[in-house]
Amino acid sequence: MAKPLLRPGAVLDGFHIDALMHAGGMATLWRVSRPDSPLPMLMKVPKFAEGEDPAAIVSFEMEQMILPRLSGVHVPKFIAMGDFEAQPYIVMEYIPGDTLYRRLPKLPLPYDEITDIGARIATALDELHRQHVVHLDIKPSNIKFRPSGEAVLIDYGLAHHDQLPDLMQAEFRLPYGTAPYMAPEQLLGNRGDPRSDLFALGVLLYFFSTGVRPFGESETLRGMRRRLWRDPCPPRKLRPDYPPWLQEIVLRCLEVQPAWRYPRASQLAFDLAHPRAVKLTARSERLRRDPYTSVLRRRFNTDALQPTVRPALSTRLASAPIILAAIDLDQNSTDLNEELRLTTARMLTTLPSARLACLNVLKQSLIAIDTTLDTEGHNKHIDRLVALRHWAEPLKLDDRLTIHVVEATDPAAAILNFVRLNRIDHIVVGARQTSLMRSLLGSVSAKVAAEAPCTVTVVRPARHDESEEEKTTAPEEQRAE
Amino acid sequence: MLIAFFADIHANRQAFEACLAAARARGAERLVLLGDYVGYGADPDWTVTTVMDLVERGALAILGNHDNAVSNHSEQLNVEAQIAMEWTRCQLDVSQRRFLADLPLTANDDERLYVHASAARPQRWAYITDAADAAESFAASSARLICCGHIHRPALYSISSTAKLSSFVPTPGVAVPLLPGRRWLAVLGSVGQPRDGNPAAAYALLDTAKSEITYCRAPYDIETAANQIRKAGLPPRLAERLNQGR
Repeated sequence: MAKPLLRPGAVLDGFHIDALMHAGGMATLWRVSRPDSPLPMLMKVPKFAEGEDPAAIVSFEMEQMILPRLSGVHVPKFIAMGDFEAQPYIVMEYIPGDTLYRRLPKLPLPYDEITDIGARIATALDELHRQHVVHLDIKPSNIKFRPSGEAVLIDYGLAHHDQLPDLMQAEFRLPYGTAPYMAPEQLLGNRGDPRSDLFALGVLLYFFSTGVRPFGESETLRGMRRRLWRDPCPPRKLRPDYPPWLQEIVLRCLEVQPAWRYPRASQLAFDLAHPRAVKLTARSERLRRDPYTSVLRRRFNTDALQPTVRPALSTRLASAPIILAAIDLDQNSTDLNEELRLTTARMLTTLPSARLACLNVLKQSLIAIDTTLDTEGHNKHIDRLVALRHWAEPLKLDDRLTIHVVEATDPAAAILNFVRLNRIDHIVVGARQTSLMRSLLGSVSAKVAAEAPCTVTVVRPARHDESEEEKTTAPEEQRAE
Repeated sequence: MLIAFFADIHANRQAFEACLAAARARGAERLVLLGDYVGYGADPDWTVTTVMDLVERGALAILGNHDNAVSNHSEQLNVEAQIAMEWTRCQLDVSQRRFLADLPLTANDDERLYVHASAARPQRWAYITDAADAAESFAASSARLICCGHIHRPALYSISSTAKLSSFVPTPGVAVPLLPGRRWLAVLGSVGQPRDGNPAAAYALLDTAKSEITYCRAPYDIETAANQIRKAGLPPRLAERLNQGR
C-alpha cells in the first residue's frame, strides 16, 4: 500500500491536514482538524527515513507510550495514534499561543513576572511528577500557557516514565537533552530523578532574570560537563538590584547535588509564590563564584555525584509533602494548640524533606469596618505572625517552616483556598473546643475535612470526662462515642 | 481479547486458586499455562487435574522442565527439587503422567510464541536472566511477542527494528503498551514460588486489542501452602521460601 500523502488538504484517518506548522530534526508538526471536534489539533509525524537520527524513532516511541497516559491541564490532551505500519503519527490537542522561546529577545524580564512564570511551571512539573513522569527537556521552547494561565509542558520525546520501559536509556549511551538546560546527573546517564527538571527550571529562571545562560551554550560533552564542578556566576553580580530571595531560589535549583535542590517541585512553587517567606542562606549572599581551590577539589571528586539508591518516583514525592497546620489563635485554645503541635511533630519526624506552612485566618467582620489596629493600637497582622512563629518554635524547623496570616470572613473557605493555591498535601486542623462555639459559628474543621482536595487530620485533645451539659447539646458526639 | 498467563505454578494450590480467581474477576477470556505445574509444592494431584480440566475447556498448556522430569529421569534438577520430584511421581496416576508427557514444548498463537524457558533450543531449559539471553530468544523466533517463565522473576524485554534491546522490571498492576514498532519478550513471574522478593503469586494479563500487558500479583494463603509442604515431608526450605518470596 502506498503511504498516505501528508499535504495540506489531504485526509488521514478522518483528520483533515490543514497546514504545516513546523519541520524539525526529529518530526514534522501539522495543524489538523476533525469535523466532529471543535478542539484545535496537532499531528506529530516522526522522520523515519533511512539515515535519519535513530533517536527520532525512539523518542517518538517514548511519546507514544507516555502522552496517552498523562492527564490534566498541564499537558496537551492525547487524541489519537496512527497505525505504525501505514503512517505513524500522534494527534494531540494544539495549545495556541507562543512558547516561552518567543520571549528570548526581551530578556531579562521583570522579577515579578519571572516568579509568576516560574511558579506556574513548577506547579505543572509537580503535577507531571505525580503522574510518574520526569520531563528531562524543560526549556523555553517546550513551555506554553493556557489562556487561563496554567503552564503546559509539551514534547515528551525525551521523558522518562517511572513505571514503563525506558527505551531511550536502553538505546543510547550518550545523554540526550538540550545542552544548556541539562542537569549534571542527566549528563552522567541518570534519567530517573525528578529534580533534574528543577535544575532545568533553575537554568530557565537564571536566564530569564539575567539575560545570560548560567552554563553557556556549549554543545560538546566536555563543555557540558564543566557544570559538574564549576558554579555559575551569582545573579547578584550580574544585576546589582537582583533580589536575594530570588538568588536563593535560583541557586538552590542549580545545585550540582540533586539532594541540595528542592526535594519537590511543589516546594519550589511554594517559595516562588511567597518570596518574603524564603529562608535566606549563604546562597543569597554570594557575589562571586567559588575560588579555584574549591572548583579544583570538585573537578577531581565527581564520584560523589554517582547515584546511590534510586527510590521510585512516587516514594520520593511522598517523602517531601507540604503540610499545612491551620492554627486558631482566637479562642482560649492552649490545649488544642499543644495537641496540634504534637501531632505535627510526629508527622515531621518521619518526613525529613517535608515542609510546614502555618496558617492563621484573621477573621474579618462582614458588617463592621475592620482596621489593621486592635483596641490597644497593636498591628493585628504582625501580632498573629509573632504568635504563629512562637507556636512553631519548639518544632525547630528552620528553613522548612513558613508562616502565613490571611484575612477573610470565612475561615474554612480561606484555608481551602490556600490549600488549592499552594498544592498542600496534608492539612492538620484543630476541632473547636466547645459544642456551643461550634453550633454558633459552624465547624471549620468539618468543612475543611469534607471539602479539602487532600488528606486532613482533625486534632482534638482527649476529653474523657465530658460534662452532662455538653452531652445534651452535642448528640452527634454521643453517638460517636 | 484478554488472555491470562500463568507460569511456574509448582503444585501450589492456594496460589493458583488465588490467581485464577483474580484473573477471572478481571475478565480473562482465555488462559495460557506456561509450564512447571508440579515440583516444589504439595498439591500436584489437584494442580494437574485442574490443568487437565482447564485444557479440556480451551486453555493452552505447554511443557515445563519439572513436568518433563516426572517421566524423564535424566532431567537435571537441584537436590531439593529432586527430592520433591521423587515424591511428586508417587502422587500422580498414569493418566496425569501421560497428560504431562504429551504437552508440547512450544505453542504458536496468532503472532505469539509460548515457551517455558528460552525460545532458543527450548528443550535445554535455559534461563533468561538478562538482555543478552533475551537476544537469543528473539533471534530464534520471529513472533511479535514471546511469553515464557522458568526464572520466577518477572521481566519485560524488547528489541527495536535496529536490533537494540531494552530490559525492564514491570510494576505490578501497571499496563505496559507493547509498541508496534518492536518485538517483545515477556518473562512471567511465578504463581507458586515467587523469587523476586514479593511473596504474592504472579500472573499476567494481555489485552490483545490494546496491545498492553499487565503484570499482576495476587495475595494468597501462604501459611496453608507452606504447612502442606511440611506435612508432606518435603524439604522445609521449600516451605520457608514461600514467605520470603525468594
